[in-house]
Parts: sequence; C-alpha cells; structure tokens
Amino acid sequence: MPSTRDIRRRIKSVKNTAQITKAMQMVAASKMRKAQQAALSGRPYATLMNEVLGEVAAGATDFNHPLMEKREVKKRAVIVVSTDKGLCGGLNSNLMREAVKFDKNTTIFVTAGRKASQFIARTKRQLAAEFTYKDAPMFSEARAISKFAQEMFRKGEVDQVDILFTNFISTLNQKPEVIPFLPVAEIKGVGDGVHGETALTKGTLEFQFEPDIEGVLGALLPHYLNFRVYQILLEAKASEHSSRMVAMKNATDNAKQIIKDLTLEYNKLRQANITKELLEITSAAMAMS
Amino acid sequence: MQRLEFEIKIMANTLRLEIVTPDAKTYSEDVEMVTLPGVEGEMGIYPQHVPLMTQIVAGEISVRKGGQDYFLAVGEGFAEITGVRVAIMTDMAIRAESIDEAKAEEARRRAEARLAEKLDDEQVAAVSASLAQSLAQLKVKRRQHR
Repeated sequence: MPSTRDIRRRIKSVKNTAQITKAMQMVAASKMRKAQQAALSGRPYATLMNEVLGEVAAGATDFNHPLMEKREVKKRAVIVVSTDKGLCGGLNSNLMREAVKFDKNTTIFVTAGRKASQFIARTKRQLAAEFTYKDAPMFSEARAISKFAQEMFRKGEVDQVDILFTNFISTLNQKPEVIPFLPVAEIKGVGDGVHGETALTKGTLEFQFEPDIEGVLGALLPHYLNFRVYQILLEAKASEHSSRMVAMKNATDNAKQIIKDLTLEYNKLRQANITKELLEITSAAMAMS
Repeated sequence: MQRLEFEIKIMANTLRLEIVTPDAKTYSEDVEMVTLPGVEGEMGIYPQHVPLMTQIVAGEISVRKGGQDYFLAVGEGFAEITGVRVAIMTDMAIRAESIDEAKAEEARRRAEARLAEKLDDEQVAAVSASLAQSLAQLKVKRRQHR
C-alpha cells in the first residue's frame, strides 16, 4: 500500500509530463497547419505536370531520353524519406517495416531525414548517401536528392529508383508508400498530388515541340523529377507533423486520465486514513471513560 | 470526360487557360486568346491551335477575355497547348494589378548585385531566374501605366 506522499509525488510527475506533451502538441499543431497547407497547395502543380507529361510522352513514342531507358533490374536504389526526430507515433516504424521488404543485397538506400539513416546503418544495409531537409522543405534540397538519384541512374549504378515515404491522406491518416521514380517510363501519373492512375496511356494527341523535342523534354523531365521529390518532401512533412500532433494529443489525454485515477486513489487513501484516526480517537476515548 | 470537354469547347470557341505555380493555381478561366513569351519569341494562341509543347521564358502573358486584354507576369516554365486548353507551369505568376513595383525593383537590384559576386553555376542560374522574374514584373507593371 503506497503512502499518500508517494501518490502525491506520482501525480506531480505525471502532471509535468502532461505539460510537456501538451506543449509539444501545440507546437506540432501549428506546424501541421503550415505543412498541410504547403502540401495541398503544391498538388495542383504536381497534378498538372503529370497530366502534361503523360499526354506528351504518349504523343512522342519514338523519342528516347536516358532517363526513360528501361533496363533489367539488377540493382535498385530506394530513397527513404523519414523524419529527423522521434515522438511522432508509429510513423517511422511503419516506414521502416516497408524498408526491410527490399532485398538487402541488391538494394542501395538513399536517405532523407536522420531516423532513416540511423535505421539503415543499424541494420547494416547499404547506404549510398544521406540528405537532410528542413522543417519547411526547400526546392534546392529536393533538387539535390533528385540530382543524386538521376546521376546514379544515368551512370548505370542502379537500374531502378523507388521512393519510400509517408503519404499524407488526412490528419488522422498517413500511409507509408513506395512509388517508382526512375526510369520515367515506369512512372504512373500522379493524379492527386503524388497519386493516381497512369496518365501515360491517356493522351492521343500528336504534339509538336518548340524549339525541338530534345530541348523541351530534356528540360521538362529533370524539372518534373525535381518537383516530384519536392512534393514528396512536403507530403512527408505534413504527415510527420500531423502524426506528431495526434501522438502528443493521445499522450496528453492518457496523462490526464492517469492523473484522474491517481487523484481518486489519493482521496480514497486520505479518507481511509482520517477514518482510521477517528476510529482510534473514539475507541481510545471510550476505553478511558 | 476529357473527350466531352473537348467537344463542348470546339463549339464554345474559347480556350481554358490554366496557370499553375508550385504555390497555387493562379489562374483558371476560359479565354479567347493568349500570348505567351516562348523561347523563340512571342506566340499568339487561339482556340484549336495544334497540340504544342514548349518552354516559356520569363516575361508577360497577355490574355484576351471578353474583348479586353489582361496581363500577367510569369517566370520561366513550360506550356502545353492542346487546342482546347493552355496549361502553363511556371515558377511565378502574378496578375498585373497585384504587382508591387517597388518590391520588384528592389528584387531586381538585389539580384543584379548578387550576380556581380562570385557564384557557382547553380547559383548563377537561380539568381538570373529571379532577375528575369523581377524584370518581367516591372515590364508588365510599366506597360500598365502607359
């Protein structure tokens, strides 16, 4: 049986925890709004880009770009986009569960975010490079990642590049997903942000190019890939902050419940003690008289 | 769905102009004519233009709608023309009326100053892109004054 003092001490410590998780929840909530806004406002551009590329690529079947070259997959690279910090619920562990599904020997990992690089290093998988991205992802950060992947693909170091990230669906729902990145012919059009069905087969129009097809597609493809990574970073950030907000809200709620239970227990114990003391006093008084 | 849209548009004889930047969908309206700053000079696009894919440079887009001309300043990007739709993907798109001349002038000066420094290729590309953007804004704004 713990003493009232023990219980009081525990209540105090849980209260402190609740205060911290509450603060983190507030911070995450404000960051979440910004990150969600950024992810959602980037989607129309990504969607249009997909539509356009799909239509154009379908209308230019005899054109081959090095980034569209399809090869037998002997080695593949996976870009894992994780968070830098923990305390965001099951987000990273769900992500890593997908990451271990890739064959250890034929897969090279490229990471964005510290949690992923730690995990890859710990499980002794091949790590080709690690990148960082800020709370508000910048286009230059996305470009660095995309360029690196394009280089590896062009040099033939890998025959396929996939991206593993947490897709933002709603505040309460984020899903780890693997989407193909290179070669471009493998890309399914991204209807809604980074998603959707193939646009590559849809177009039937025969396009003209100005000044020429090499110039336009040569500029459009890398830009498309860079922007795709950028949109993915935005989605991952939105997922991270949403997930953290929800996790911290749960933690705060749990702490409050524990405080309630402990307070009840404390009061019961206190009353029991008083009753016991009263009993002692009255029985002593009765014995005296 | 797209087919249907196509047939309707042929009768209506207008173009759907969509201008999208990474931050937002800036413009989405049915218009009668668009003039784009193509890499090889200005291009006027009327409804039922042949399908065309092109790069655009920073400059001004003029839009004719209801017999009136409207202007926008855009950054570099791509344009897809399908006869019923003109889709423009660009880094920047601002309507003439919302351009802040003082801010654009300031941005231009800053970019020019930056270009004088020693920069690597990538930085040069980024700075000249932003310089071109502010020049485009100034051009559109000053045309309005006239």
